[in-house]
Amino acid sequence: MNKTVNQKAWLLVLPVFLFVAFNAIIPLMTVVNYSVQETFGNNIFSWSGVQWFQEVLQSERFRASLGRQIAFTATILVIEIPLGLAIALAMPRKGPWVSVCLVLMALPLLIPWNVVGSMWNVFALPEIGLMGRGLNALGFDFNYTRQPGDAWFTIVLMDVWHWTSLVVLLCYAGLVAIPNDYYQAAKIDGASAWAVFRFIQLPKLKRVLTIAILLRFMDSFMIYTEVQVLTGGGPGSSTTFLSIDLFKVALGQFDLGPAGAMSIVYFLIILLLSWVFYTLMMRNEAK
Amino acid sequence: MARILIDQLRHAYVQNPQRPEDYALKEMSLELADGGAYALLGPSGCGKTTLLNLISGLLHPTEGRILFDNTDVGQLTPEQRNIAQVFQFPVVYDTMTVYDNLAFPLKNRGVAQGEIDKRVREIADMLDLTQTLHKRASGLTADGKQKISLGRGLVRSDVNVIMFDEPLTVIDPHLKWVLRSKLKELHTRIRRTMIYVTHDQTEALTFADRVVVMNLGEVVQVGTPVELFERPAHTFVGHFIGSPGMNALPCALENGRPTFLGNTVPVASGIEVPHDGKLEIGIRPEFIRFNGAGTPLGDAGASIPVEVTKVADAGRFRIVETRAKEHRIRLLVPEGDPIPSGAAQLKFDPKHTHLYRDGWLVG
Amino acid sequence: MRKRSIVPILYIVFLMLPIYWLVTMSFKTTNEILGGFTPWPQNFTLDSYRKIFTDSTWYMGYVASIEYVVLNTIVSVAVALPAAYAFSRYRFLGDKHMFFWLLTNRMAPAAVFALPFYQLYSAVGLFDTPWAVALSHTLFNIPLAVWILEGFMSGVPKELDETAYVDGYSFPRFFVKIFIPTIAAGIGVACFFCFMFSWVEMLLAKTLTAVAAKPIAALMTKTASTSGYELGLLAAAGTLTLIPGAVVIYFVRNYIAKGFALGRV
Repeated sequence: MNKTVNQKAWLLVLPVFLFVAFNAIIPLMTVVNYSVQETFGNNIFSWSGVQWFQEVLQSERFRASLGRQIAFTATILVIEIPLGLAIALAMPRKGPWVSVCLVLMALPLLIPWNVVGSMWNVFALPEIGLMGRGLNALGFDFNYTRQPGDAWFTIVLMDVWHWTSLVVLLCYAGLVAIPNDYYQAAKIDGASAWAVFRFIQLPKLKRVLTIAILLRFMDSFMIYTEVQVLTGGGPGSSTTFLSIDLFKVALGQFDLGPAGAMSIVYFLIILLLSWVFYTLMMRNEAK
Repeated sequence: MARILIDQLRHAYVQNPQRPEDYALKEMSLELADGGAYALLGPSGCGKTTLLNLISGLLHPTEGRILFDNTDVGQLTPEQRNIAQVFQFPVVYDTMTVYDNLAFPLKNRGVAQGEIDKRVREIADMLDLTQTLHKRASGLTADGKQKISLGRGLVRSDVNVIMFDEPLTVIDPHLKWVLRSKLKELHTRIRRTMIYVTHDQTEALTFADRVVVMNLGEVVQVGTPVELFERPAHTFVGHFIGSPGMNALPCALENGRPTFLGNTVPVASGIEVPHDGKLEIGIRPEFIRFNGAGTPLGDAGASIPVEVTKVADAGRFRIVETRAKEHRIRLLVPEGDPIPSGAAQLKFDPKHTHLYRDGWLVG
Repeated sequence: MRKRSIVPILYIVFLMLPIYWLVTMSFKTTNEILGGFTPWPQNFTLDSYRKIFTDSTWYMGYVASIEYVVLNTIVSVAVALPAAYAFSRYRFLGDKHMFFWLLTNRMAPAAVFALPFYQLYSAVGLFDTPWAVALSHTLFNIPLAVWILEGFMSGVPKELDETAYVDGYSFPRFFVKIFIPTIAAGIGVACFFCFMFSWVEMLLAKTLTAVAAKPIAALMTKTASTSGYELGLLAAAGTLTLIPGAVVIYFVRNYIAKGFALGRV
């Protein structure tokens, strides 16, 4: 799109800026504050500076959780994005089934995250849960409370169950927003279904897919409640992702200094990866 | 290329049409000659897009048939009918180059690579796209994209008809003229049946050999631009075409002759003057003179006393608005000719004065 | 067409299994849930629901939650629409940075903001009102709405705007009568997502309220009693949270499923 230069457009953006800045800037100061200072019981703050950051970045423990986190996020992205897109492509566009599909698909998204964790906790239990019992009945030796592999499987499955619909809804809306003229032109040109997907649908979905990928990336990178309730980070520390570790550090050891530093590092990682991804996706846009 | 016959076509968007108002397209029969350039002209909502979509196959008619060269195409899909369409908003394959865009329809039909290359370059040359062949289609301006759309229709040698759905809407005004001329030139060169839908009379009149004027779902008149101008079959055509449009004045009958405000008005059609219905005199501003000015019309034409009220300058001529009692009559006066002020006499050219009954031309 | 339906059907079956499980749990006692495997409730009980419906803190909690979620959705989407239009159509100083900055507000877990927000909203006197939660949620919902809407707006060619102006539309009339219908799908999705993310956010909702505007969030965690989770109650509460969201998506379904032809202006 050829955008025209217009500084007055800032006025349109101003309300957004005010709301978000009000919420973002003030609290941010507090967090930054904590991360470079050390708290003592009697509120004596001392300047610890860079030391905390160094400790965090060099710790084995941090790197391990980061590694697990990256593995987890990569896994769910690889599953959820193509799956969501495929489902959106296969969904009906007209007729009574549209409402049924949309409503049913939206349900997993609406459940509070601690309930999601709890229900999957029971659902996947080998003795008393529908899935756990079912898998064991089929011959699998499934126990997510003991076996890290099973724990990973359950978490990934839970996340896919929980969040794929977000991708589906975004992609579906994106598909529906493609004007009919394009499909007509493609028909007239004799294009195959694959050509329609490759040359019309996929390009037009680029923005929507970018949003879906960024959202899922960020949210999965910060995942806490569901995993905490489901496995608590275990068995052992096999499913201790970054957030869980962060909370253990902050609350368990009540060390706000390292916790603050960890938060900042955490934030910067997400920021960097998101920015890289965003730039890559938008690189072809003629601005 | 094909001759298109529209046979007693009627279309309603509602499921069970009962009354005449339910039909978006009233019954019509039309013949479009092979290789002709046609325009479907009319205001928004007149049914021209409906008719276009029926011909292209995007809609199935409620009643009636459409024949391409004597074959009923009612059951055929758009691609089976071998049509090409240029849409109002440019439709191109953004991720492909211009070359690939043009080659796309041929590739899908399994044409050999060498042949594809030849055709693409030929069409690109015709449309002045050769310089941009290697560029990504998304980077072109709106007129470039429309040319690509047109090109995709032209590369196929088996196209029956090319349809244009208000294609110049998004084009910059100074480029509209260029594209219009290009389209006309193209048609003269390749002689394919082309149907051009628009609400802009200039586009229709410059492009088409014959214009189908539509209003409220009906075909009002089919004719060449000259016919539409000189002998509008309906007062609507008179208003819609021409700038400013035709003057329509209420008419009474005195001793079997048409009169306006007591003045006898000789009309072109003349012989049978109906006695019922709402009668109107129609005359275009181009065919009215001030008494004494320009070519004398002799005593044959009507002579109407008026009051000159307004003069507008339109470049090479002036649009003069006059009033006879409460009726407004407009005429065009060439640059340089004198315009009386205050009271004046208008002369109507009898060859171009028409009588209309309930809107329709008499005679 | 028939073969294609297999995919959504399988997916929906997959989605419904745990939901079925959730709903059946809500009709069981915690003992039955933990005691053994019962595919459907053996001792069907409405106790959990009874508790919820009779305890006024529970259903007032739902009302309170709906209050701030609706406030937040309306504010977020309303404010995001003009901003998204600006990002989509215009270039201005700092536009790209601003656009990305918006997204960065979603890159920190809410927990980080809990304490600072507590202080902030207490300071402005909004503590324990639905406005506190509604406004705090705009931190992550406004960027989301702006990004989604901008994505859809960019799919609408600028020529549509220009054609409208040539045809004599004023900007407000164009925006309401022509532009918004073309991005209906995006608006529907943005509304639903704002609703959803605000609805499920528990921490800030709990932190910024005390008594008057206490949402279900606080009550959800109340079910963790000393004897462990009251699973039946939790399941019932969870099942009931599905209803408002289902209603919302039902209402916006027409927007989400609406396509458009680049049609007559």
